[in-house]
Amino acid sequence: MAKNSEVILREEVVIRFSGDSGDGMQLTGTLFSDTAALYGNDLSTFPDYPAEIRAPQGTVGGVSGFQVHLGHSEINTPGDYADVLVAMNPAAVKANVVWVKPGGTIIFDKDNFTEKNLEKAGYNSDPVKEEKLETYNIIAAPITSMVKEALKDFGLDPKSILRTKNMFALGMVYWLFDRKLKYTEQYFDKKFSKKPEIAEANKVALRAGYYYAETIEALNPVIKIEPAQIAKGTYRNICGNAATAWGLMAAAEKAGLKLFIGSYPITPATGILEELAARKDLGVKSFQAEDEIAGICTALGASFAGNLAVTSTSGPGLALKSEAIGLAVMAELPVVIVNVQRGGPSTGLPTKTEQADLMQALYGRNGECPVVVIAASTPSDCFLYAYEAAKIALEHMTPVLLLTDGYLANGSEPWKIPEMSELPEIKPPYADIKEKPFLPYKRNCETLVRSWAIPGTPGLEHRIGGLEKTIKGTVSYIPENHQMMVNLRADKVAKVADSIPDLKVYGEDSGDLLVVGWGGSRGYLMTAVRELQTDGFRVSLANFNYINPLPKNVADVFRRFGQIVVAELNMGQFADYLRIKCQEFRYEQINKVQGLPFTIREIKDKCIKMLEGK
Amino acid sequence: MAETQTNNYTPKDFKSDQEVRWCPGCGDHAVLNSVQKALSELGIPKDKFVFISGIGCSSRFPYYMDTYGFHGIHGRASAIASGVKVANPELSVWQITGDGDALAIGGNHFIHAIRRNIDLNIILFNNEIYGLTKGQYSPTSEKGLVTKTSPFGTVEEPFSVGELVIGAKGRFFARTVDSNVALSTQIYIDAAKHKGTSVIEVLQNCVIFNDGIHDVVAGRDVRDDRTIILKHGEPMIFGKDNDKGLVLDGLKLKVVKLGENGITEKNLIVHDAFEPNPGIQYMLANMRYPEYPMALGVIRSVPGHTYENDVEEQIKGIQKDSKIRSMTDLMKSGSTWMVD
Repeated sequence: MAKNSEVILREEVVIRFSGDSGDGMQLTGTLFSDTAALYGNDLSTFPDYPAEIRAPQGTVGGVSGFQVHLGHSEINTPGDYADVLVAMNPAAVKANVVWVKPGGTIIFDKDNFTEKNLEKAGYNSDPVKEEKLETYNIIAAPITSMVKEALKDFGLDPKSILRTKNMFALGMVYWLFDRKLKYTEQYFDKKFSKKPEIAEANKVALRAGYYYAETIEALNPVIKIEPAQIAKGTYRNICGNAATAWGLMAAAEKAGLKLFIGSYPITPATGILEELAARKDLGVKSFQAEDEIAGICTALGASFAGNLAVTSTSGPGLALKSEAIGLAVMAELPVVIVNVQRGGPSTGLPTKTEQADLMQALYGRNGECPVVVIAASTPSDCFLYAYEAAKIALEHMTPVLLLTDGYLANGSEPWKIPEMSELPEIKPPYADIKEKPFLPYKRNCETLVRSWAIPGTPGLEHRIGGLEKTIKGTVSYIPENHQMMVNLRADKVAKVADSIPDLKVYGEDSGDLLVVGWGGSRGYLMTAVRELQTDGFRVSLANFNYINPLPKNVADVFRRFGQIVVAELNMGQFADYLRIKCQEFRYEQINKVQGLPFTIREIKDKCIKMLEGK
Repeated sequence: MAETQTNNYTPKDFKSDQEVRWCPGCGDHAVLNSVQKALSELGIPKDKFVFISGIGCSSRFPYYMDTYGFHGIHGRASAIASGVKVANPELSVWQITGDGDALAIGGNHFIHAIRRNIDLNIILFNNEIYGLTKGQYSPTSEKGLVTKTSPFGTVEEPFSVGELVIGAKGRFFARTVDSNVALSTQIYIDAAKHKGTSVIEVLQNCVIFNDGIHDVVAGRDVRDDRTIILKHGEPMIFGKDNDKGLVLDGLKLKVVKLGENGITEKNLIVHDAFEPNPGIQYMLANMRYPEYPMALGVIRSVPGHTYENDVEEQIKGIQKDSKIRSMTDLMKSGSTWMVD
């Protein structure tokens, strides 16, 4: 496929695929990402789809999008603004045009720009004029008629033919970025091995799009993004939910325990349950419970019975699990609760991202009820933090709440596959069968952790429960005993700080401004801070993964910066938490609750204002 | 380390060192004795028993058993017990619950545990009242019952436990009276041997807030005429003088007197607890005084697949042919690429 066009090299590029929810945009984006990853680019992706499975066709509400950001250097976010927008209908233009860089490329299916569709999208006339896109590189391709023509001899029904439109568009994008079609073609062969005519039709549509772009010289010069400099190893693409599930399975394997998940489907956490339900080959027991409460209660039963037990949910489900988390705190049983945060309150914005469950995670229970709270910060490090959550739960006999979010859950990036031998050991504090009588709430003097006696072990019969109790497990309402037990449970969780890593600073150890974030906004903050550093500002980033307890060096880190700004996708929950925990500092805030991640621009603007106001 | 004893337990071996704190005269004491007796006769090692409870007077039960025990939260015992049994099918899992715990706040978990047919032995203490919160009506309180939260009488229909169990696709339902230790013990043994969810409704007396609520059928001087103890394979005879029985009259059950109108034992229905079709068992479970005697004993006991066993089988079947045997296999499967 020789090309005559000029080729230029670029560091990075952002592409957004968009269309009706039925147009196959998620698949199109995924195939493009896989091809980019196999080529060696670093990348980050983000799907953006409506909560309705099939919203009215052709309307803005029904637009489904998939954004991919690929580069020659490290990529930390799916990107703010797109260089290329693929829009399969007028509604997709309407929904996404604000996210295209000025002068960027917009590819659309001009056959779909009928009067009816324009009207559905809310246009009166030509969108190019209405949106003032004259300075953009507009490629109005007759995608529908081209695939009809290309596949006319295939004997397929009209519906199957139209289903290949997305592949025509993908072919065009491949040409734009000088990509090979091989990987996608192999995908068709595998996916449609029993329907070779469909595989062939998709290949033909893909190639037709590629040649069409070449013929019209859709982009001149063609953009090429060289492979990134990446550490040696074996890689795969992984999304946050899969990485979370895999981290839990890896922990079970390392600890030599069976994995049990009790869970109830809820967007955007369901992927974790689905991933684990598929892993019967690794002995995972998945229990789709009758509700959120049963999800965690079955997990507590399994934990009592000696499994590594987990439950997965999203905000409203976490609210339902609160009482049972309290039981786990009281009984001191290991359990991992994964909360994939979404926009709230109530049902809120199920498919959109937010970080507004932090206070619920930390404090949303009756009584003095401390749990360990940790947060993952990229799609692939969900593996690491899920592993870590399980390790802490098992070794400290405590519930651990792992916070991820919709953006991490559905976003994906290349991930260097770890060796199991590199992962830290997990050693649960099993009760010694020689120790008689077994006292369920006798503690290790240093860690304050109780021992775990598994039913079925002769001689260690004991009772635990949700009532306040003595060291023997006997119910006790003695005032001093309750005070002591409350203190012990709190100290036990606080002592987890002895076994977690220090807070890391990206950039210089001291400076004018420290940007503080937690969990899933790391990528955006990192990119913004790097750009500010390049511009000569003395700015660094500290992104928290360990929230309760906090790393021990937090005050040491904060002290070395002139100002601190806490950026989070809520109204200031982590900032408030730091105000309680580290009172000697003043915290500025950057907050956003639009169901969307930050843009780099937003972060930079506020930081520059703070730095220049100094 | 204690040697696991299997065959020479006495009920005393199952008593924990904790002081039993139920009210004097409460029916719970007798249930505790019956269960300890049944366990000692089952031949199962003590460390295999797990007692799970929710909240309510009866839910203190696990503290009084020298077995593994977990006192949970209100209504959730079925879910906790399900988790225990699925995680380790070798355990003998018992759930202790009450009419409020199982049928009000825990109704959802109760019916789904039954639907899944997880091998749990659920002892439901039915005293038709909330005791621990001091006397409010429950989902089994008779319509019109005056309590603290129904000072003018309730206006809602009660659940019938057996009807609910059968409606939820239950395969084992039995009923007993707290004070009848011999019958109760035998039922607990039968329940333990049944693979699948066993629900035993215990007509239990709350001596403080609903005293004598079951006396109208289970009182010492009337019980023989107002209850019938069903035995699989035997004709349905009852009465102080064994002179009454049940026949099928059209599509309904009917009480008859032996010797009257030429009725003999041969005309009576023979109890079949193993019949999968629940039609007659459903009618038996719903019999109420004064039209009928109340049925005691094992009303329904139909073997079937258990959830936890099917889970184990599915895992075994998939593992047999799977190429993925470890996390390393999984992580390196599918689309990967090397960076050198």
